[in-house]
Amino acid sequence: MHPAPSIIAFTTLSGIGFGLIIWLGLGAAPDATHLYALILCLLAAGLVCAGLLASLLHLGQPTRFLKAFSQWRTSWLSREAALAMTTLVVFALYAALWVTGTRFLPLGLFAALLAFKTVFATAMIYAQMRSVPRWRSVLTPVIFLLFALTGGALFAGVRGPTPWLLGALGLLQIVAWLWGDRALARSGTTLATATGLGEMGRPRLLEPPHTGQNYLLKEMVFVVGRRHAARLRVIGLVLAVVIPLALILPTEGRLAVWIAADVHALGALVLRWLFFAQAEHVVGLYYGKR
Amino acid sequence: MRLATEFRSIRHDSMREPDVPDTAPEIRRTTCYMCACRCGIDVHVAENRVHHIEGNRAHPVNRGVLCAKGSAGVMQHLSPARLRAPLRRTGPRGSGEFREISWEEALGIAVNWLEPIREQHPERLAFFTGRDQSQALTGWWAQQFGTLNYAAHGGFCSVNMAAAGIYTMGGAFWEFGAPDWERTRLLILFGVAEDHDSNPLKIGLGKLKARGARVISVNPIRTGYSAIADQWIGITPGTDGLLILSLVHLLLTSGKIDLAYLMRFTNAAWLVDQDPASPGFGSFLRDSEGRELAWDPARHRAVPAADVARPALSGGFNVGPTHVKPVFALMAEAYLDPALAPEAVAPACGIEPEVIHRLAAELADTAFNHPITLDRPWTDHCGKRHETMVGRPVAMHAMRGIAAHSNGFQTCRALHLLQLILGTVETPGGFRFEPPYPKPVSAHPKPHHKVTPGYPLDGPQLGYPRGPEDLAIDADGRPKRIDHAFSWEAPLSAHGMMHMVIANAARGDPYPIDVLFLYMANMAWNSSMNTAQTIGMLTATDATGVYLIPKIIVADSYSSEMVAYADLVLPDTTYLERHDCISLLDRPISEPDAAIDAIRWPVIEPERPGAEGVRGFQSVLLDLGVRLKLPGMVDANGKAIYRDYADYMVRHQRRPGVGPLMGWRGEDGTGTGRGAPNPKQLARYIEAGGFHIAHVPEEAAFFKPWNRAYQDWAVKIGIYDTPQPYLFQLYVEPLARFQAAALGHGPHQPPDALRERLARAMAPLPVWYPPLSDTDTDTYPIHAITQRPAAMYHSWGSQNAWLRQIHGENPLYIPGALWESLGFEPGDFARVVSPHAEIRVPVARMDALNPATVWTWNAIGKRPGAWSLAPDAPEATRGFLLNHLIPETLPTGLSNSDPVTGQAAWYDLRVRIERIPAEARSAPAFPSEMSPVPRAPKLVKFRAG
Amino acid sequence: MTALPASTERALGLVIDLDTCVGCHACVVACKEWNSGSSPAGPLSDTDAYGARPSGTFLNRVHTFEAVPADGRQPRVVHFPKSCLHCADAPCVTVCPTGASLKRERDGIVLVNEDDCIGCGLCAWACPYGARELDPVAGTMKKCTLCEDRIDNLALPEEDRIPACVRTCPAGARHFGDLADPESAVSRLVAERGGIDLMPEQQTRPTNKYLPPRSRDVDVLAPLLEPLPEEAGGFLGWLDRTLARL
Ligand SMILES: Nc1nc2c(c(=O)[nH]1)N[C@H]1C(S)=C(S)[C@@H](COP(=O)(O)OP(=O)(O)OC[C@H]3O[C@@H](n4cnc5c(=O)[nH]c(N)nc54)[C@H](O)[C@@H]3O)O[C@H]1N2
Ligand SMILES: Nc1nc2c(c(=O)[nH]1)N[C@H]1C(S)=C(S)[C@@H](COP(=O)(O)OP(=O)(O)OC[C@H]3O[C@@H](n4cnc5c(=O)[nH]c(N)nc54)[C@H](O)[C@@H]3O)O[C@H]1N2
Ligand code: SF4
Ligand code: SF4
Ligand code: SF4
Ligand code: SF4
Ligand code: SF4
Ligand SMILES: [Mo]
Repeated sequence: MHPAPSIIAFTTLSGIGFGLIIWLGLGAAPDATHLYALILCLLAAGLVCAGLLASLLHLGQPTRFLKAFSQWRTSWLSREAALAMTTLVVFALYAALWVTGTRFLPLGLFAALLAFKTVFATAMIYAQMRSVPRWRSVLTPVIFLLFALTGGALFAGVRGPTPWLLGALGLLQIVAWLWGDRALARSGTTLATATGLGEMGRPRLLEPPHTGQNYLLKEMVFVVGRRHAARLRVIGLVLAVVIPLALILPTEGRLAVWIAADVHALGALVLRWLFFAQAEHVVGLYYGKR
Repeated sequence: MRLATEFRSIRHDSMREPDVPDTAPEIRRTTCYMCACRCGIDVHVAENRVHHIEGNRAHPVNRGVLCAKGSAGVMQHLSPARLRAPLRRTGPRGSGEFREISWEEALGIAVNWLEPIREQHPERLAFFTGRDQSQALTGWWAQQFGTLNYAAHGGFCSVNMAAAGIYTMGGAFWEFGAPDWERTRLLILFGVAEDHDSNPLKIGLGKLKARGARVISVNPIRTGYSAIADQWIGITPGTDGLLILSLVHLLLTSGKIDLAYLMRFTNAAWLVDQDPASPGFGSFLRDSEGRELAWDPARHRAVPAADVARPALSGGFNVGPTHVKPVFALMAEAYLDPALAPEAVAPACGIEPEVIHRLAAELADTAFNHPITLDRPWTDHCGKRHETMVGRPVAMHAMRGIAAHSNGFQTCRALHLLQLILGTVETPGGFRFEPPYPKPVSAHPKPHHKVTPGYPLDGPQLGYPRGPEDLAIDADGRPKRIDHAFSWEAPLSAHGMMHMVIANAARGDPYPIDVLFLYMANMAWNSSMNTAQTIGMLTATDATGVYLIPKIIVADSYSSEMVAYADLVLPDTTYLERHDCISLLDRPISEPDAAIDAIRWPVIEPERPGAEGVRGFQSVLLDLGVRLKLPGMVDANGKAIYRDYADYMVRHQRRPGVGPLMGWRGEDGTGTGRGAPNPKQLARYIEAGGFHIAHVPEEAAFFKPWNRAYQDWAVKIGIYDTPQPYLFQLYVEPLARFQAAALGHGPHQPPDALRERLARAMAPLPVWYPPLSDTDTDTYPIHAITQRPAAMYHSWGSQNAWLRQIHGENPLYIPGALWESLGFEPGDFARVVSPHAEIRVPVARMDALNPATVWTWNAIGKRPGAWSLAPDAPEATRGFLLNHLIPETLPTGLSNSDPVTGQAAWYDLRVRIERIPAEARSAPAFPSEMSPVPRAPKLVKFRAG
Repeated sequence: MTALPASTERALGLVIDLDTCVGCHACVVACKEWNSGSSPAGPLSDTDAYGARPSGTFLNRVHTFEAVPADGRQPRVVHFPKSCLHCADAPCVTVCPTGASLKRERDGIVLVNEDDCIGCGLCAWACPYGARELDPVAGTMKKCTLCEDRIDNLALPEEDRIPACVRTCPAGARHFGDLADPESAVSRLVAERGGIDLMPEQQTRPTNKYLPPRSRDVDVLAPLLEPLPEEAGGFLGWLDRTLARL
C-alpha cells in the first residue's frame, strides 16, 4: 500500500495522543502540577487533533468530513471518527476539571475507555481488510493498541508497566512480521484464483491494461525492496523499542524519559510507514506485482 | 429528443440534479475514421461539441459496435496536435519551426511550385498518398496534372495480397472479401492481427465462437484473434508458403480435392505451351479467336475449353508442333513432389509434421464430409440452371503476416490455390467476395505512363500489367517511375511503391524530382523503412545547399513527424469536420451480400480559434486543380466546375451516369449505381445514416463470377458495363509471360542481373522461396516483426489522451526459451542488431511465441516533440520502432520488396539479440523538434456541454 | 446506506466470456467515453494527459495474461476485462464512513453517491479487484455503475438500455442481465459454460461471472489422410476414376 504521509502521521500521532489520554484517564501523573497537567492534556489533545487534521488532508473532499460520522453502525472509519470526537469531548471535560484542580477519575476512566476503543476502531479499519492479508490479523489491533499504550505511557511518564509494554511491543511486532511475511501466500489468493485461469497452467501477466499510470498502482501497489525493508525494520525496532528501553531502564530521569518518548515516536513513524509500505494488496496480483 | 443526460440517478434517497446541457444533443450519423474499417457512427452533438460517439446499429459494417479507437474519436477530434493554419517552414527541415500563413498564401506558393513543373516535366511532381481513402479523386487529379508518379499506400501495405488475389481469383482478402461467417465450420487465419476489416472480423469471430465453429490461427505470435483461436500454429515467419504447399501436397496425394469445382470454375484444364522453343512458351494455347483451349480426350484434340465437358487434366499432348500440358498436370507435377511432404518442410516452418498432417485431415474432413447445400436455385453464365448451391464450409483469411514478405505474392497465391482445390471460394461456407469484386484482371486498367508536358497522363497510373509490354520502362529497360513501380524490379506493382519514393528521389534515380507532395502519410517515421536514414534523405542537400528533394508539401491534420519535414503544410480537418466519399470506384465498405458506399460530412464545424483555420484536403486539392487549370476541374472559361469536394461527390461522373456515389442517383433519386447526378444526393445519404446499401439478390449471393444473376446485377448498378464472367486462374499467364521473358523469350528482355530472380519469382504456379534478405541467417538467426495493437492506429493514436494510456510504450517481446538462454530479467534492455542498424530497447517475456521470433507493437515510438506530446513522453523515451532496423534496399541495391509486386518486405527482418542492462531510454534517440502547434494541456476533463 | 441489503430483488451484472474476448479494449474506451462525456458520473479525468506520466480514471480495464500448461499443451494468452463485479457481500460498501457507497436493493448495483463521498479511498482499499478509482480532480470515488444511467434510462431507445461496454463489444464477449433469475440468458450461459467467481476466497460473492476459456487443442476426430494406393495407379489412377464419375 502506498505509505501516505498523512495517514502515517494521523495514525501514529493520534495513536500516541489516545494512548496518553488512556494513561491520564487512568490517573497517571498523580502528582503533576497544574501547569504540567495542562501541558500533558494539551499534548494529548494536540496529538489527536494534529492527527485528525492530517487525516483530513488525505480526503478528496475534506469539506464534507462531517458526513463521515454517519455510518457508525457498519463502518469502522465512521466509528473511529465518532469515537475520536466523543473521546475528545469527554477528555476535554476531564482535563478541564483536572487542570482546575479536580481530578474526577470516573470521567477519566470513561475517557480512557473511549480512547482505547478509538484506537481499536482505527486498527480495525485495517484489520478488517481481506484484500490486504498482512493486515487481516488480531495482531493488527493488538499492535496498534500497544503502540498507543507504550507511546502514551512514555509521554505520561508512567514508569512500572512501560518496559514491559516496550518489550511486548517489540516481541509482537516481530511476530507480526514473521506472520505477515507469509500472509498473502496463506490467504489463498493468487493470480490463479484472481483470474480463474489456474486450470491452464500458472498464469502470468503478459501485458498490463495500461502502460500509463493509474490510481490503483499508485495507491495499492507499492513495492519496497526487500533489503530496504529489512533495514528499516531494524531501524524502526531500535528506535521504537531498544533505545527507549536503554534510556529508561537505568534511570528515572525526566529528560531520559522525554527523549525515550520522542525516539519511540520516531520509531513508531518508521514502523507505521512499514505497516503500509509492506502491506500487499491483492489487486497487485492483477498487475504482476505482489 | 430526450436526453440521455436527463437521467436522474437514484443512488440515494435524495435525487441529484443532473447536469443538463442547454441544448439537447442531436445524433448525426457519419463514418468513423479512426481507422480504415469505416464503421458507421452516431455522433451525439450539441452546440458544435461532441458528447459521445456510438456505433450505428443500422450500419452494415459494424452493426452498432465500435472498437476502442472509434470510441476514442472524441479525443482525436479534440487532439492538441491538430493543425490550425497552413504552415510555411522557417527553420531547417525537421526543426519544426514554422510560420502560420493564410490559405491564399499557401495555395499561391503551391501553384508557383507546380505550374512550371506541369508545363515542363509533370513527372517531377511525385504525389503519394498514405491512408488516403479518396484515391479515385487523388489519382484522377494526378492524372489530370500529367504525372505518372502517383500512388497510394498499397505498395508498402498489402499489395501482395491484392495482386495475388486479383490475378488468381479476381478479388482478394484485405477488405475485399470475407468468410461466410454464417455458415463456415472452420476458419483458418494466416497472419492476421487487426486487418482493415477490424470490426467485421471481430463480429464474425464472435459468431463462430457462439456457434462452436473452429478457428485456427497460423501466426508466430499468439495475441488478439490468435489468443481465442481453438488452435494456434506458431509458424516461423516467411514460411507459410511451405506449410500451405505441403497441405496442397497432402490433399493431392490423398485425392482430397474438389475436381468438379476445379474443372468448372478454374483454368485447371487449359493447355499450357510447354515447348521451350515456342514463342508462346508458358502461355495458354489459344485458337485463332483467342479462346483458350483444353484437350478433349474423346476427340483427341484441343478444343475451346468452354466446349468440352470432360477435358483432360493430366498428361501431355502435341498440338501441331507445340507440346502442351493441362494446368492441372503441371500442378500435379509440382505439388506431388516429396520435397513438399510435411516431414520435409516442418523444420523450416518451426512446427511438427504432425500438425500439418492433422491440419490437412481437418481441412479434408470439413470440406468433403460436411458439405453445405442451400436450396437456392441459380443460373450460371452459360445459362444452366442449378437447383442448389453447394459449398464447403472451410474459410480462410489472411493479411500482412503472409503479404509483408518478399515471398508474399507467391505465398498468397499458394493460399488461393489451397482454397481453390478445396472448392471453397464463392461457395456457401467458404470465402466470399464483396462488390465491386469479383472483377477479373481484364476488367482492370493497365498502368499508364505516357507523360506529355501541359497535358493529362494517358490514363490511370496504376493497373495490372498483362505482360512485359505493359511495363513502365524506357527503351533501355530502365524504370520510368520514381518509385520504380512496373519495372523489371517489380513488374506487377499494382499499387506503386511508395516506400521507395524518398530514397529514389534523393538519389535522383531515375531522375530528380522537384516537388514531393504527400497526403496522409507519415513517411518520415513509421511508414518508412530505415527511418533514421530516411530523415537523412529528407534533409540532405546538394553542394549548393539545396535540398536533394527541393520542395515538400504535406497535407496532414496533425503535428505528425512528417509535418516537420515539410516546406509547406496544408492543414486538413479532422474526420468529423469534412466531406469524404467512400466510393465503389475506390475502396468501398461492401459486404458479401451488398454493395455499400458511404460518406462523411461535417457533423462538427471546424473551429481553430485564433488561427487561419483548416480546410478539407480534397476541397483544397480541387481548388489547386482549378488554380492550375487542370482539365476536368475547370470549364472552358477556366471557371471551377466543382464548388468543393461535396459538389464533386455529387456531380462528378466517371462514365455517363456513374459517379463517386451510387445511392439515390438520377434526378428523382431512384437510381442505384447509375443515373444522372442528384443535387439532393448528400441529403439522402445523411438521412439514411451516411451510407447506401444495395443488396445482392439472394440467387446472386454465391458463385458470383459465374452467376448470371450476379453479373446482371453488377451491370445494373454500374460496377461494369457488360457481364464479366471468368474462370479462376490457378495458372497465371501474365506471370508466365514474365518468366518466359526472363528465360530469354520475346522482345522485352529484363536486364541480365534480374533474370534469375524473375525466373524464380514469376512462377505461374505458386512456389515458395526463402525471403530475399535471408542471406546471413547464421549471424541473424532471429525474426523480428510487428503487430498492430487493436487500440491504436499507426502513428496517429498517440495524440489521443485515452489511447496513449493503453499503449504509451512498447517492449520487445522475447520468446521464453531465448529469454532464459540469454539470461534476461524483467526490466532489462536488449541490443537488437540487423545487418543494417541497431536499436536498444526494453524487453518483456512471452511464451506463446514462435521460438525464433521477437516482436513489438507497431508505430508506438514517437519522435520527441511530435504529436503535441511532451518531449519526455514515454512514446519518445521508451517507445521504439523496428523500422530503424529495416533497410529499404537489399545489398543488391534493389528495393527490399517482393520481386513480383514491390510490396515492402517489412516482416523479412532478421536480427541478433544481446541482453544489456536497463538504459535510461531506448535508442536511437532523436533530437526533439519544436511543436508547430501550441502546448497541450496538462489535464483533460472531457465533458461535453 | 452502507449496510448491505440482505438480498436484492434482482442481481444485475455482467458475464464475460474469456473464450471470446480478443482484448481489443473497446469496452474500456466506450466506458470511459460514456461515463466521461454523457453520464452524470463524469468527467473521468486524465492528468498529465499528453505528458511523461499520463494517468487517468478508468472504470474498466483489460489485462492480458499468459499461461504455459505443464502438460505440454499450447501456451495460452487470455484477455481479461475487469470492472466492478457488483458483489453481494461487497466489502467496499460496509467500510464506507459516509454512506456514499451503497448496494441498491432493487437491482444489486453497487454505486457511489458522489455527493456524499469524502474521497477517503477506503472503499477502494477494501475492494480486492481494483474496481474503484479515486478521481484526483473530482476528489471522489469512481466506479462502474453498471451504466445505471443507461439501463434504466427511458430517454434511450430500449435496445440501448444496456451498458456502454456491452453495447460496443465487437466480439460479443460481454453479456448483461439478471443473475438472480436462473432463467435469464446470462444465468443459462453461466450454467452451460461453468461460469466462475473471481477470488472466491475473498468471500465477496461477486455478481459478475467469467466464462473460462474453452478447452482447446481438441484433436480432430477425422483420421489422418491416407495417400492414394499405389496399386490402384496412385494419383493418376484416382484422377481417371474420379473424372469418370463426374
Ligand atoms: N515496422 C513496420 N512499419 C510499418 C508497418 C509494419 O507493419 N511494420 N506497416 C506499414 C503499413 S501496412 C502502412 S499502411 C503504413 C502506414 O503508415 P502511414 O500511412 O504513414 O500511416 P499513419 O502513421 O497513420 O500516418 C498517416 C498520417 O496521416 C495523418 N492523418 C490522420 N488523419 C488525417 C486526416 O484526416 N487528414 C489528413 N490529411 N491527414 C491525416 C496523420 O497525422 C499521419 O501523419 O505503415 C507501414 N509501416
Ligand atoms: N487497430 C489497428 N488496425 C489497423 C491498423 C492499425 O494500425 N491499427 N492498420 C491498418 C493497416 S494499414 C493494415 S495494412 C492492416 C494490417 O492488418 P494485419 O495484417 O492484420 O496487421 P499486422 O499487424 O501487419 O499483422 C500481421 C500479423 O501477421 C503476423 N505475422 C508476421 N509474419 C508472419 C508470417 O510470416 N506468417 C504468419 N502466418 N503470420 C505472420 C503477425 O504476428 C501479425 O499478427 O491493419 C489495418 N488495421
Ligand atoms: S474499426 Fe474502430 S476505428 Fe476503425 S472505423 Fe471501425 S470503429 Fe472506427
Ligand atoms: S470489447 Fe469485448 S472483446 Fe474487446 S476487450 Fe472488451 S470484452 Fe474483450
Ligand atoms: S468489485 Fe469491488 S467495488 Fe465492486 S462490489 Fe465488489 S468489492 Fe465492491
Ligand atoms: S471514498 Fe467515498 S465512497 Fe469510498 S469509502 Fe470513502 S466516502 Fe465512501
Ligand atoms: S457497465 Fe458501464 S460503467 Fe460498468 S464497465 Fe461497463 S460501461 Fe463501464
Ligand atoms: Mo497498411
